[in-house]
Amino acid sequence: MTALPDVRSTPWAALTALVTTSVLLTACGSSGTDPGSGTGQPRSGGTLTFAVGSDAGCVDPQQVASNETIYSVRQIVDSLTDQDPKTGKIVPWLAKSWDVSSDATTFTFRLRSGVTFSDGSKLTAQVVKDNFDAVPRLGALGTLAEGYLSGVKSTTVVDPLTVKVTFKQPNAQFLQATSTHSLGIESSASVKKTPQQKCSDGVTGSGPFVLKQYVQNQSLTLAKRTGYAWGSSLWTKQGEAYLDKLVFKVVPEAGVRAGSLQSGQVDAISSVGRANEAALKGGQVTLQRRANPGIVFGLGLNNSRPALKDARVRQAILYAIDRKQVADTVFPTGTQPATSVLAHTTPDYTSLAPDLTSDAARAKSLLEAAGWKPGSDGIRTKDGKKLGLTIDWVPNAATNQPALELIQQQLKAVGIQVSLRQLQITQLAPTLQSGDYDAAWGNITRADPDILRSSFSTKLANLYRLPTSSLDTALAAQAATTDTAKRKQLIAQAQRLIVHNAYYVPVVELQTQLGVSKRVHALNFDASSRLQLHDTWIG
Amino acid sequence: MRRYVIKRLAQAVGVLWAAYTVSFLVLDYLPGDPVTAMAGAGMDSGQVDPKQIAALRHEYGFDKPVVVQYAEYLGRAARGDFGDAVSTGRPVTSTLADALPQTLQLTGAALLLAVVLGGGLAVLATYTAQRWLRQLLLSLPPLGVSVPTFWVGLLLVETFSFRLHWFPAFGNDGPKGLVLPALTLAVPTGAQVAQVLAKSLLTALDQAYVETARAKGADRWRVHLRHALRNASLPALTVVGLLVGQLIAGSVVVETVFSRDGLGRVTAAAVTAQDIPLVQGVVVFGALIFVTTNLVIDLVYPLLDPRVVVASDRRAALA
Repeated sequence: MTALPDVRSTPWAALTALVTTSVLLTACGSSGTDPGSGTGQPRSGGTLTFAVGSDAGCVDPQQVASNETIYSVRQIVDSLTDQDPKTGKIVPWLAKSWDVSSDATTFTFRLRSGVTFSDGSKLTAQVVKDNFDAVPRLGALGTLAEGYLSGVKSTTVVDPLTVKVTFKQPNAQFLQATSTHSLGIESSASVKKTPQQKCSDGVTGSGPFVLKQYVQNQSLTLAKRTGYAWGSSLWTKQGEAYLDKLVFKVVPEAGVRAGSLQSGQVDAISSVGRANEAALKGGQVTLQRRANPGIVFGLGLNNSRPALKDARVRQAILYAIDRKQVADTVFPTGTQPATSVLAHTTPDYTSLAPDLTSDAARAKSLLEAAGWKPGSDGIRTKDGKKLGLTIDWVPNAATNQPALELIQQQLKAVGIQVSLRQLQITQLAPTLQSGDYDAAWGNITRADPDILRSSFSTKLANLYRLPTSSLDTALAAQAATTDTAKRKQLIAQAQRLIVHNAYYVPVVELQTQLGVSKRVHALNFDASSRLQLHDTWIG
Repeated sequence: MRRYVIKRLAQAVGVLWAAYTVSFLVLDYLPGDPVTAMAGAGMDSGQVDPKQIAALRHEYGFDKPVVVQYAEYLGRAARGDFGDAVSTGRPVTSTLADALPQTLQLTGAALLLAVVLGGGLAVLATYTAQRWLRQLLLSLPPLGVSVPTFWVGLLLVETFSFRLHWFPAFGNDGPKGLVLPALTLAVPTGAQVAQVLAKSLLTALDQAYVETARAKGADRWRVHLRHALRNASLPALTVVGLLVGQLIAGSVVVETVFSRDGLGRVTAAAVTAQDIPLVQGVVVFGALIFVTTNLVIDLVYPLLDPRVVVASDRRAALA
C-alpha cells in the first residue's frame, strides 16, 4: 500500500495515453522559452506547482501512507534523524547525536537547541516523548508509525534536550524509523489533538514549510517557514528554503497531468507511467527516476500449498521468469529487473543477480526432477493433478495486470498453468491472512532491511507460510545488533536464504518516476524515494 | 389530488429505503471492511497488530451481527446521521455537504447547456426544410449518446487547454474552469433531450391542431414554437427528470477527468476505500436527489395536464 505509485489502472488509461501522446507530440516544440536559463546560481523565491494523482484525505504526516500525499506533508515536519539516499547512513537532523545500546533496545537522542515549531513553541525532550507516547494511539491510519514503535516500553526525558526510548525486544530498525516522515516530530499542541482532527486540520511542525491551506481532493498549499535554521545535515542550503510557496494540485488522470506539465500549467508531476513518457520526452521536461527501497515487486508464494512446499517447484518459477522482459515491456524506462529480494537502493542490499537469471531449461529440469511431467496440452501433471497456480493481484498500479499477463505466458512455456485473480484493494490483506491463496503480486517500500523480518519471519504474521528455519535466526539476529558490519552480513545471509529457497519470487524493482520542468532545480529524492523540497529552486 | 401526492411521497420513501438496503447488502457481501483497508491494504499488512484491528473494528461496530448493524445504521440514517467516514474520520454529512455545491454547479450548468443545445438542435432539425440538413442534424444526437464521456472530456482538454490555453485543464477555480467539464457532461445529456424532443416535435407537427393553426394563417415559425413545441415538451420534461440521475452518475467520470472536487470524486474514493458509511451516504443522497426531482416533476404534470391526476385517481378508485 505504501509503496505503489498512484498510476491507477483505469479502463481509459490507454486511450488517454493515445490521445495525449498524439496531440502533445505536435505541441512540444511550440513553447518559446529557453530551457537552459538559470542553471547557474540558485535563487530564492517563487512558487512550485506540483500535480499529484491522488489525495489521501489526511494532512498528518504521522498518519499518511500514500506517496502522493507524503510528498507534500513531509515538508511540514522535521525528523530526529535523516538518511543519506546514497549510502543509507543515518545522519543528524533534529537530533545532533545519539547512542544505541549494544542489544539495540535503548536509543538515546540528544536534541539540537533553538528549534521552534511554527506556533512558536520550543522543541524539547518532553515534546518528543509526547509524540512517541501518542503514536501507538493513532488508530487505523497510523499503522506505519505504530509499526516502527511496536514493542516500545517507555520514552523518558533524561534532561530538557535528551530523550531515551526503550524497547522490550531488540529493535535495530528504530534508528532508521526516526528518519521517516511517519515519526516526524509535531508540536505538543498538535499531538494533543485526536487523530481525526490532525488529519483534517493539519499539524504544526518545525519543518521548512508550513501548511497554509488544504482543500480535500483539490489542493494543498504550503508556505516557507521564515527563520528556519535547523535543516538536515544532508541539505546543501543552510537556513530557510528557497521557494516561497508550494502548491500541490490533485489531478487524477495521468494524461491530464502530463498535458498540464507540457503546457506549463504545472511545474512537476508525479507517477509518470510508460504510456506518458513519449509525450514528455524532449522539450521542457526531464524525467526523474529512483528505485524505491524495500521488497521488490514479485510473487509472494504460499509456501504451505502442496505443490509449492517443494523447493524445486518454487525454484522453477524463479528461473522461468524473464525479469528483463517484464521490466522492459511493462514498466517505466529505467526500471531494473530484481537482483535480490531487496531493491538495490535498500541499505545492506546484496546483489544476487547470478541466482536470478532467466533459465527455462533449468526450470524444466527442476520440474522433471520433482515429478511433474508434461501433459498433452503442455501443462505438467503429477498423480493426475495439473501444475496450476492462481496469482492474486489488486488494481493499485497500472503495471500490475500487463506484468502478470507476461509472467503467465513465461510460466506456461515451462508447463505451469497460471490463472490471475483480481481482488479489490481491501480484499488483499484478509486473503493473505486467511492463507487461502497460491501466490500474490506486490511490493513494499521501506528504506531499512528490517522489512525482511516483517515479511519473512515466522514469528510475525508469516503471510507466506514459511517453515521455521535458519532464516528466522538470521532475521532475529540482525534486529538485535548495532554492529553495522555484522548486520550487513546477516542481512546478506537472509537475502540468500530467501532467494535460494525461492520463498518469494523477485521480479522487478518499483521505480518512482517524476516529470519535472527544466525551470525547476534540485528537486531531490530522499532515501525512501520521496521528496525533499528545501533545496529546490526555480530558475 | 391529495391522494396522488401521498402516493407519490410514499413511493419516494420506498425508493430511498430500497437504495439504502440494497447498498448495505452489497457492501456487506464484499469481503473485508474499511478498517482492514485502512490498516494496510498491501502486503505489509503483517506489520499491523491484529488486536489493534479488532479494537478498531469494535469501535466502528463492524464486529456486530449484520442484522444489528443494519438496524443501527438505518435508525441513525433515518435521523440524517450517517456516522463518520472511516477513511478521513469526518462526518459523512459534512463531507457530502462540502462536495455538493461543486457538483450542483457542474450538473446545473450541464443541464442548462443540455436543454439549450439539445432543445435548439431538435427545434432546428425539425424546422429546417432542407432534407440533407435535417438528416445531418438528426444524426448528431445518436452520436452524442454513443461517444464515451471521458473521451469527449479528454478531447476538449487537449484542444482548449493544452493547445489553445483558453481554459484550465483542472480544478474548481471560477467560471472558466466550469466550461469544459459542463460541456463534456452536457454532450450525452443534451443528445438525449434532442432525441426525445425531435421525435415528439415531429409527431406533434403531424397533429390536426397544427394543420388548423396553419390554415388560420399563422407563420411556420410561430406554429413550430407556440403550438407544436409546447405540446411536445411534456415527454422531454419526463426525460429531464431521468437525466438528473444520469448527470450525477456522469459527474464521477467528468470530475475525475477534470480534477474537480465534488460528489463524483467522493463517490469514486469511497468505493475504492470500501468506506461503508460514506458509500451509504452517497447512495442515499444520490437517491434523494433523484427521487426529489422526479417527485417535483410528478407534481408538475397535473398542472400542465389535468388528465394525469384524473387517470391516477380513477385507477386508485378501481383498486
